[in-house]
Amino acid sequence: MEFNSNLPIYIQIMNLIKTKIASGELNGGDKLPSVREFSKEMKVNPNTIQRVYQELEREKLVFTQRGMGTFVTEDTDIIKNLKKDRAAELINQFFLDMGSLGFRIDAIKKMVSEWTNKEESI
Amino acid sequence: MSNIVEINNLTKKYANKTALDNVNLNIERGKVVGILGPNGSGKTTLIKILTGLLRQTSGEVLIDGNKVGVKTKSAVSYLPDRNFLYKWMRIEDACHMYKDFYTDFDEAKFNELLAFMNLNRSMKIDSLSKGMHEKLNLALVLSRNAKLYILDEPIAGVDPVARDQILDAIINNYNEDSSMIITTHLVRDMESMFDEVVFLKDGQIVLTGNAEALREEKAKQIEEIYKEIFGEG
Repeated sequence: MEFNSNLPIYIQIMNLIKTKIASGELNGGDKLPSVREFSKEMKVNPNTIQRVYQELEREKLVFTQRGMGTFVTEDTDIIKNLKKDRAAELINQFFLDMGSLGFRIDAIKKMVSEWTNKEESI
Repeated sequence: MSNIVEINNLTKKYANKTALDNVNLNIERGKVVGILGPNGSGKTTLIKILTGLLRQTSGEVLIDGNKVGVKTKSAVSYLPDRNFLYKWMRIEDACHMYKDFYTDFDEAKFNELLAFMNLNRSMKIDSLSKGMHEKLNLALVLSRNAKLYILDEPIAGVDPVARDQILDAIINNYNEDSSMIITTHLVRDMESMFDEVVFLKDGQIVLTGNAEALREEKAKQIEEIYKEIFGEG
């Protein structure tokens, strides 16, 4: 993975895992790779992965079982909320980008509804 | 004491050039530290002082609480930026040399690393490519159970496959009881390996800190910060 955004690497890797959980690529109860395996896979310092797991655990998205490893949360509400959060982020980014092109909310709404109508008619 | 390396007011002058100018640096145990700077910034001079190959003009350098000398040399495993093996040797001979020289050399670990690097003991040193040389040298250096590993430009001039193997070997070898100092100007390839980074410019430390904290503070990857400091396009 190339780390080229301006975010710290641990946040970029957290986002990657969050996306996998939100999209269902990782399911509740799935085991995450060990710190060492994952650090090799991502080619990052193991301390960075340690931090990723700690932060995800603080956000209750994963839990650690001593001697067993780190697992995705089985709490479906948390996963639902994660999906909502990710969606909110995308929408927020969309409005920011459109705004920087000079579109106001009304114009964007109109464009979105036109676009959805077109999609439905296909 | 949690610092494996303590450098206080270190200065090194050559006849007409100041290579290191009042450098102060502490390195904590268990950390991977990147020393970043272009050629001629003083990286290799700093490393040669840490390994006892050069003497400082003034200042103090402590490794594991001891002044650089016989005792610290046995605690430090050093990968020079050039080849240090004889051309007539086979990998087998290089292994024996290391075993004779260093009591902390772990032959089983060496065999593992050789296999990982796709090398074998019967290969002749002078038939190895640049990448294979670098992989062999690193395998030897990492096979010692040292407190401090110092790797001088470990991926300079190697192909992408060898580079990945070298990075993997470094990550595999990482453990909380030993520390690593890695110099490089290939910041993009290596920046995700570092806990701490030190930017060395004209013999002075111009910026140092936790790599993630710097990314956060400057909203830039280390490579971008490097380009800003050293003005490379």
